[in-house]
Amino acid sequence: MNPKYFFNGILAENPTFVLLLGMCPTLGTTGSAVTGMSMGLATMGVLVCSNAAISLIKNLVPAKVRIPAYIVVIATFVTALQMFMQAYLPALDAMLGIFIPLIVVNCILLGRAEAFASRHNVGDSILDGLGIGLGFTIALTLLGCIRELLGTGRIFGLEIYPETYGSLVFVLAPGAFIVLGLLIALFNRLYKR
Amino acid sequence: MKSTLTSMILSLGCITVVSGAILAGVHELTEQPIIEAERQARVDAVGEVCPRFDNDPIAEKCEVTPDRESLPVTLYPATLGGKPVGAAVESYSPDGFSGEIKIMYGFDSDGNVTGYSVISHAETPGLGAKMADWFRSPEGHRSVIGLNAATDNLTVGKDGGDVDAITAATITSRAFLDALRRASAAYSQFKSTNSNLPS
Amino acid sequence: MLEYISIIITAIFVNNIVFAQFLGICPFIGVSRNLSSAAGMGAAVAFVMAIATCVTWALQTYILVPLGLQFMQTIVFILVIAALVQMLEIILKKAAPTLYSALGVFLPLITTNCAVLGVAILVVRNGMNLAESLVYALSTAAGFTMALVIFAGIREQLEMTDVPRAMRGVPIALVCAGLLALAFMGFSGISIK
Repeated sequence: MNPKYFFNGILAENPTFVLLLGMCPTLGTTGSAVTGMSMGLATMGVLVCSNAAISLIKNLVPAKVRIPAYIVVIATFVTALQMFMQAYLPALDAMLGIFIPLIVVNCILLGRAEAFASRHNVGDSILDGLGIGLGFTIALTLLGCIRELLGTGRIFGLEIYPETYGSLVFVLAPGAFIVLGLLIALFNRLYKR
Repeated sequence: MKSTLTSMILSLGCITVVSGAILAGVHELTEQPIIEAERQARVDAVGEVCPRFDNDPIAEKCEVTPDRESLPVTLYPATLGGKPVGAAVESYSPDGFSGEIKIMYGFDSDGNVTGYSVISHAETPGLGAKMADWFRSPEGHRSVIGLNAATDNLTVGKDGGDVDAITAATITSRAFLDALRRASAAYSQFKSTNSNLPS
Repeated sequence: MLEYISIIITAIFVNNIVFAQFLGICPFIGVSRNLSSAAGMGAAVAFVMAIATCVTWALQTYILVPLGLQFMQTIVFILVIAALVQMLEIILKKAAPTLYSALGVFLPLITTNCAVLGVAILVVRNGMNLAESLVYALSTAAGFTMALVIFAGIREQLEMTDVPRAMRGVPIALVCAGLLALAFMGFSGISIK
């Protein structure tokens, strides 16, 4: 196990700000900090499991059918997660709606399977899953916080300033695009040459 | 591994079988909790909107199709000590700002509104989504609690009614009241059919 | 008849797949650098979406539901879409080489386009019948193509403008997308009866 693979995903290869992957849930579920964080954690759970499983079976899968094989593995974990959420967190499942089954087509998962898990051992793959997942969760939570604060004056439901002064557009679709664009620009300014 | 036809079919087959087995197991494990969670959501909503009752409204639910309507709504009758005290009606309106809204309304035996609980909607956050609290707020003529479709005009002020619409969300407000009128109609129809039955 | 018109208007303008539902963002950002590739991608998506929605609808109605296997929905749908894309690629290559050379490069990207899986799932969740599903899929694809073409036009202009370094590329594109989404909000609340 090499700890550098863990930290890699948080800054240097942050899936949202650097790799620019998984845009749909990033925009679609960050209307509030809670939903953004939940989506990040759900994706992280699936990513760790799928990375581990794919790294275990990487030598048993013929190269030509590896993509469908990976998709089946990922879809299995996503479906299991969906059933557990419906059973034990029905309110959250209703809030995230279609974005839970759509984790299957989140490019982060297939991307990490192809670029990392199929070339590294199980321990490193789990670390990579944790790191990338955490980077994704942080990005989504941050975006959710900013949009919730600007839109409704709250963060995680805690009132910072009265809702009347909020600008609703940040909770709606246009705000998602604009805040994400500005965040990526900020990240570029700070960390990229 | 080399990509021969046999190895490809074999490996994909194995993965599919294993994944199918895992999912069947998880399904087995979560099937009951999922049904229970859906039931619990109904129980909570009925308990929230209805006057005090001691029966199991979920078990006694029935479908009622109001006059001049094609789709039925679900009605959960509430009784206390065997006497009817009201009902919860799971109503809907197709005319929300972004499609259908579903709301559970509670009525006492006279048909006065005792409460409501929004079940599902896709209204704009911060505008239409305010209906979750707006129509029970004591301010102005916002609240529908205690109103009765027989005596009050359950439309928004703009349409000559007695209820204040949500600021900047008149369409949602109309849909909310549309669903309420539907629920009320279903309840009075339920009462008139059931009072004719020999008890 | 009226309900079909309502589905078409809603899917293209009111609930545009990109600007209101946040699906298909990856190709929206990735394949919108010039007009011709945007139009090609749109056509390829329309093609796959229409066929995939019909096939998954039939599978759901005639196989998964009767067998009580609805929980396998995600995994079955994504495999069908992946297989369909592969088949289309092979068939087009043999039968219509001109069409293939126009759409070919976009086809492999469509498997992980969440708009395709998203529409297949939405249609089932909303309980549409086959004709409604097909109309919905086609008009969603039309809405996607329109968004892509408009956006490509804007990005062609952006190429020539002087943008701050940190904002170049994706960030400024996202901000523009936000402004477009703002324009599309003007359609919201329109319904046809």
